[in-house]
Amino acid sequence: MRRNGPLALVFHTFFVIVMVAPILVVCLVAFTPEGFLSLPTNGFSLRWFRAIANYPEFIHAFWVSLGLGALSSFVALLFAVPAALAIARYRFRGRDALAALFLSPLMIPHVVLGIAFLRFFTSAGLGGSFAALIIAHVIIVFPFALRLTLAAATGMDRTIEIAAVSLGAGGWTLFRRVTLPLILPGVISGWALAFIQSFDDLTMTVFLAAPGTETLPVRMFLYIQDNIDPLVTSVSACVIAVTMTALILLDRFYGLDRVLAGKSGDAGR
Amino acid sequence: MAYLELDRVAKQFGAQTVVDDFSLAVGKGEFISFLGPSGCGKTTTLQMIAGFLDPTRGAIRLEDKDLTAVHPAKRGLGIVFQSYALFPHMTAAENVAFGLEMRNVPRAERAERVRAALAMVGLAGFEDRHPRRMSGGQQQRVALARALVIKPSVLLLDEPLSNLDAKLREEMQIELRQIQRTIGTTTILVTHDQNEAMSLSDRIVVMSQGKIEQIGTPQETYEKPASAFVSQFLGKTNDFAAAVDRTATPAQVAAGSWSAPAPAGLSGPVTVSVRPERIGFGDTGLSAKIITRIFQGNHWLFQCDSECGTAIVIRQNDGQAQPVEGDAVRLTWRTEDMSVRARAGA
Amino acid sequence: MSAVAEERDARAPWALAAPALMLFVGVLLIPLAMTVMLSFHDWGQYKGIEPVFILKNWHEIATDPYYAEMFWRTFRIAILTTLLTALLGAPEAYILNRMDGRWKSFFLLVILGPLLISVVARTLGWALLFGGNNGLVNKLLMSAGVIRSPIPFMFTETGMVIALAHVMMPFMVLSVWAALQRLDPQIENAAMSLGAGPITTIRRIIMPQIMPGVLSGAIIVFSLSASAFATPAIIGGRRLKVAATLAYDEFLNTLNWPLGAAVATLLLVALVLIVVGSNALIERRYAEVFR
Repeated sequence: MRRNGPLALVFHTFFVIVMVAPILVVCLVAFTPEGFLSLPTNGFSLRWFRAIANYPEFIHAFWVSLGLGALSSFVALLFAVPAALAIARYRFRGRDALAALFLSPLMIPHVVLGIAFLRFFTSAGLGGSFAALIIAHVIIVFPFALRLTLAAATGMDRTIEIAAVSLGAGGWTLFRRVTLPLILPGVISGWALAFIQSFDDLTMTVFLAAPGTETLPVRMFLYIQDNIDPLVTSVSACVIAVTMTALILLDRFYGLDRVLAGKSGDAGR
Repeated sequence: MAYLELDRVAKQFGAQTVVDDFSLAVGKGEFISFLGPSGCGKTTTLQMIAGFLDPTRGAIRLEDKDLTAVHPAKRGLGIVFQSYALFPHMTAAENVAFGLEMRNVPRAERAERVRAALAMVGLAGFEDRHPRRMSGGQQQRVALARALVIKPSVLLLDEPLSNLDAKLREEMQIELRQIQRTIGTTTILVTHDQNEAMSLSDRIVVMSQGKIEQIGTPQETYEKPASAFVSQFLGKTNDFAAAVDRTATPAQVAAGSWSAPAPAGLSGPVTVSVRPERIGFGDTGLSAKIITRIFQGNHWLFQCDSECGTAIVIRQNDGQAQPVEGDAVRLTWRTEDMSVRARAGA
Repeated sequence: MSAVAEERDARAPWALAAPALMLFVGVLLIPLAMTVMLSFHDWGQYKGIEPVFILKNWHEIATDPYYAEMFWRTFRIAILTTLLTALLGAPEAYILNRMDGRWKSFFLLVILGPLLISVVARTLGWALLFGGNNGLVNKLLMSAGVIRSPIPFMFTETGMVIALAHVMMPFMVLSVWAALQRLDPQIENAAMSLGAGPITTIRRIIMPQIMPGVLSGAIIVFSLSASAFATPAIIGGRRLKVAATLAYDEFLNTLNWPLGAAVATLLLVALVLIVVGSNALIERRYAEVFR
């Protein structure tokens, strides 16, 4: 009985086409054999992917983005895992305020964060440095790392830990041998989601990056500001491919629906 | 004459047959239960009557009019859902009034009928409560009032009591029966709880794997189960492998050292079913040894190792001395207390 | 120290959370406070930033109609984007929810996946589709006979709203989707059994129940749209400024940091007020139903 009518399916088709079209068009144009922006009507060509090699600043920016994403997500987890355990396991005064503070980077516009970090790191003499980028990215990916770790820690069966304690495990051994393995899927997914967020951030990073520490989105943005040509579409296609890889990783370890559903919960705060 | 009639109704999902060859005639004012384990097709059958599913084959008729052609919104049946499906954004009164609104009942009459319906289920004064602020039992009553206020031609109850705790469930059973008797609405209840089916219904339809096993009054299905499934599903039972000997005169049915005159029509291997409370200890009969003896207040429960396998015996606690564990006993019962069926596969 | 005894120790959670807390105080709260301070500093073309406390920047924002117009444009775009996502996203979530299991998860992935794909890449896609007067969208619309002459999308608010709505759509679908999951699956059957038709069921039963989802989705979409940078910068170009792109210009082109900080502070304060205010309103409005 609960079937979608033909009108609903027409609407759905339209909706999906509109959602996919911009991404598809970028990936298609990337394969054009022409020297200008066009859909590849006369066969596919990889010339614009090869052309990336002639622009070392894109390749450099790619490595900066990759390193920044991997490192800042890892550092964020070093802070987020103990914080998540504290919030998941204890009822204490200030717990809600603490959780709100840790999730607040989701609510503060990234342009404001970019300005605040620019001001802060310039005063601290770290303006434009890779270290400044790492610290700033740790802050913006922290909520994502925290959120998934928190979900894993909350859902964990505590009796397993109590059993381990009864067998004599304690302190660091308990954490390393029992707790961490149990929450690992959440931690890895938190890392992957944090990585994607860091890898894709433009708004905040554009304030902090200097020549030499420009990330790929920043490089792409500055390039697009001057002109749009097929080169930037092939670079975008590569970015989409990297994100897709991380997405598949996420889906394998955690289930994408859970990741995304949790995410909307934060943003609603 | 049948009021609601299901005529060889079947439902298939893909290659899977969920309900097969379901025929039933329900009289006006009757209370019928569909009883069976989960997955037996009882809810599917109810959903076909309600119109949320279309039968693959067969016809459903209400007062001789084909019901399958009628849109569910127009069937005029009252349904109480297992989850209650109350509208959480409406108060109890608004929930109950909804069906009347859909029928364009004038405001004044609507208010009066809503008030009466809520009073009938014992919720007078709860009109402005929202469902989320009511207990499970109260929500259940709102759902019942909402279904009854539209004066449905048939009331369909889909496991309505399964979310309540045992005590509340018993109370609601009695109340449900009283309300149904008072207003006389033809009612179909889907349940997997045999006690519920027995205490509420005029007739029970026992279902298994999409097929009807037996249709009968609660007593009939309990005392004279038509199949091994029915006897097992409706309470505890003892099934003894026996044989009918037609060469003797009169023909005899025998299980181990127990024997009795055979009922007409059967021969060869049969199953003899006897309820535990109908078995007594005697001087002759099936040889058995008491394995365990459990005292349960108003009765004793014995588990015995008999010639024909394990047997369970229940004896009233009438203050008399009872056999103890390890005692050798003879099990005996009256011929009218047993049912004899041809043994499947023999 | 056992895991059970640990829970009674009031210091344990703070010890665990301390590193993160210090990080947030040191590298988030202090920089934010510094930014607010910065908005009260003076700035001159040749003297640079002067650490004094004056209201010059705030006075300029309050009196110069340029800023009022820019903020109004920012919020107008955000409101239109929010409306567009709600009008399309809510029905789509409902349709998705009624699909069969496998199709449902497939399309959910197709619609939510873009959330994690680079905003620059997605906006670039729109720039390609809009592409001047002979972009793909205009060609399609004209060949379908919907319009006679091309609509300018690039460097217009129309284009910005469409591209932003695309970027924000997953948030709306997710939010409504979450509300739909809380619905009793039998509730539509219940309404139908009482005689309600499909339109009545949607209007009287489904809509009121998913409204909180639509509204909380709207808050997310609104606040993200109002502070969006990449999409307005690429589609709007240098001519059509919104709050985020203006702040960017003040910081990295004009180098008037105090003024940029004032714009950013105002944006932050306005958004926090709007989000907190509407959250409270929604909670009060729907408290009775969704307690």
